[in-house]
Amino acid sequence: MSSQDVENRTWVSGTPRLWVRHPAGCRQCPGCHHPIIERLIADVVGDLKVEDDTVFITGVGCSTRAFTVMDFDGISTAHGRAPDVGTAIKRTLHGRPVVITIQGDGDCIAIGAGSLLAAVGRAERITVFMANNGNFGTTGGQMAPTTLTGQVTTTTPQGRNDSTGFPMHVPELLATLKGCAYSARGSVHTPANYQRTKKLMKTAVQKQLDDVGFSFVEILSACPPDWRITPVESLRWIEEQMIPEFPLGEFKNVECIN
Amino acid sequence: MGERILIQGNEAICRGAIAAGCLTFFGYPITPQNEITEWFAKELVQREGVFVQPHSESGSINMLYGGAATGTRVLTSTSSPGWALMQETMSHMANAELPCVVALVQRGGPGQGTTQHAQTDYLSATRGGGQGGYKCIVLAPASVPENCDLVQMAFYLADKYRNPVVVLTDAIIGQMAEPVEIAPIDFGPLPPKDWAIGGKGYRPDHQRRFIGCTQGQVPTGEYTNYLSLMRALDAKNRQMETEIRFESYMVDDADVVLVAYGHVARVSKEAINHARQNGIKAGLFRPITVWPFPYQALRATAERGAVFLAVEDSLGQMVDDVRLGVEGRAPVRFLGMLDRHDSTGAGMLLPGRVLEEIIKLSAEAKV
Repeated sequence: MSSQDVENRTWVSGTPRLWVRHPAGCRQCPGCHHPIIERLIADVVGDLKVEDDTVFITGVGCSTRAFTVMDFDGISTAHGRAPDVGTAIKRTLHGRPVVITIQGDGDCIAIGAGSLLAAVGRAERITVFMANNGNFGTTGGQMAPTTLTGQVTTTTPQGRNDSTGFPMHVPELLATLKGCAYSARGSVHTPANYQRTKKLMKTAVQKQLDDVGFSFVEILSACPPDWRITPVESLRWIEEQMIPEFPLGEFKNVECIN
Repeated sequence: MGERILIQGNEAICRGAIAAGCLTFFGYPITPQNEITEWFAKELVQREGVFVQPHSESGSINMLYGGAATGTRVLTSTSSPGWALMQETMSHMANAELPCVVALVQRGGPGQGTTQHAQTDYLSATRGGGQGGYKCIVLAPASVPENCDLVQMAFYLADKYRNPVVVLTDAIIGQMAEPVEIAPIDFGPLPPKDWAIGGKGYRPDHQRRFIGCTQGQVPTGEYTNYLSLMRALDAKNRQMETEIRFESYMVDDADVVLVAYGHVARVSKEAINHARQNGIKAGLFRPITVWPFPYQALRATAERGAVFLAVEDSLGQMVDDVRLGVEGRAPVRFLGMLDRHDSTGAGMLLPGRVLEEIIKLSAEAKV
């Protein structure tokens, strides 16, 4: 193994190069996947060596504080509005910055659906990462647009049914829109999926760097306290309940959107 | 000397922004301010600026948030229903301490209301219409040239205080045309925008920067907790309260002092001229900043023993500020929307009706 290989090796443990210790210590609940997704973002930005150009945008929810741990510029936004803010940052600086958002499923496709779809419609050269944990994590586990049929949440105590709707498949939806250059779904519940998801996320940011169009990756994300199960059981829930509803993989990957 | 041209009030807002160095505009169509959005769509391409038509006014204001965060001068314009949609992020911008200018071309409300003139958004503009109790300086132009000048002043004040500034105009000022001399106004030096984001590689110290509408909750920047943020905002609000501007027109010897802003101030001025011709001593007190409202100046006039008449094209909003200024030292009467000359949305408060009221009050004042 050459020294170059060692440098390029993907580490699952340790601290990413662009990771800053948060002053308030632990920010997330035991078993939460948000910190894993956030460290993947730090890794992807580091691997692509774009930290000098990156502006990282967070929505409202469990992702809000993520901007404080990244060693690049960051901004937090109103609930659901990260794509609007990202659009303006990208365009005001005439395309120079690399714009990456991290949003939860509630932020991205409940309150922020209009902003997201409009940004895709305009083919904004930004990258949106959406953590899908199937509920509203910060507020205590209420139903989200991604809540599974039959899933019990605090606002679907009988389980989600016909009257409360059906889970929304965001990357599949965005893939149908012309402005979208890349859409995919990954998971970080096993080391193999972690590595695959990192590749998806890297490809998404690369689409932005190549000025192709809008890019999007959904990442399935465990929320043990709100799911009322243990972190280990959460991994099983993702495998057995979420992946059959939300298949992993790429839904769109084009070199040109026209 | 700048260029002297005949333009509409809405275009004057655009020209003022360009004179202030603002080449970034985000705006959603809504009557009666569409000329602004359309003007920028056409002009900013030629000037290598940035124009985006978002999916809603919520989109506009959040794009303003992002654009302002890069340290760029940014503008949006809207009318009353769109103004309501912007309130959440107006509040976020006050928290994040981002400067921007919002031109509010008022139309009649409540609800969908009319697409024509009114002054029914005074309270939501001057009181911080969004959540959480913030303040914005609100400038109220009464002419087309003033639209141009006050937009420039708005950019200066926004940058000075790192806070949104509202230009509160209306459909009459927006749609009418007057000659305007377009010239950049120098308001003095401003601090550098070293807080702006856009990539840490582009600043000398190579250190990251954050901007957050989560100040007070997320321990970033200089505010380590909620009260340290609130203390800082309070100090800023008090500083902004010193930015008072108003016009006095024949107030010194007046028995009847009219208080009006925007197009209604123009109407009132005409009524006052007629009254003076008839030997009635009337005058106009016109706030140019409606927040901060010139309470002190009004109080000084009240102590002299005049009768006050608040004239506004609403059911009574600014009249509250007149009462706060007068503090019970003089009678305050109100002439409002119900005294328009016509019952459709096109109805106006006309000088004749205002004159009638002046004559009535002057008779009372003499008794």
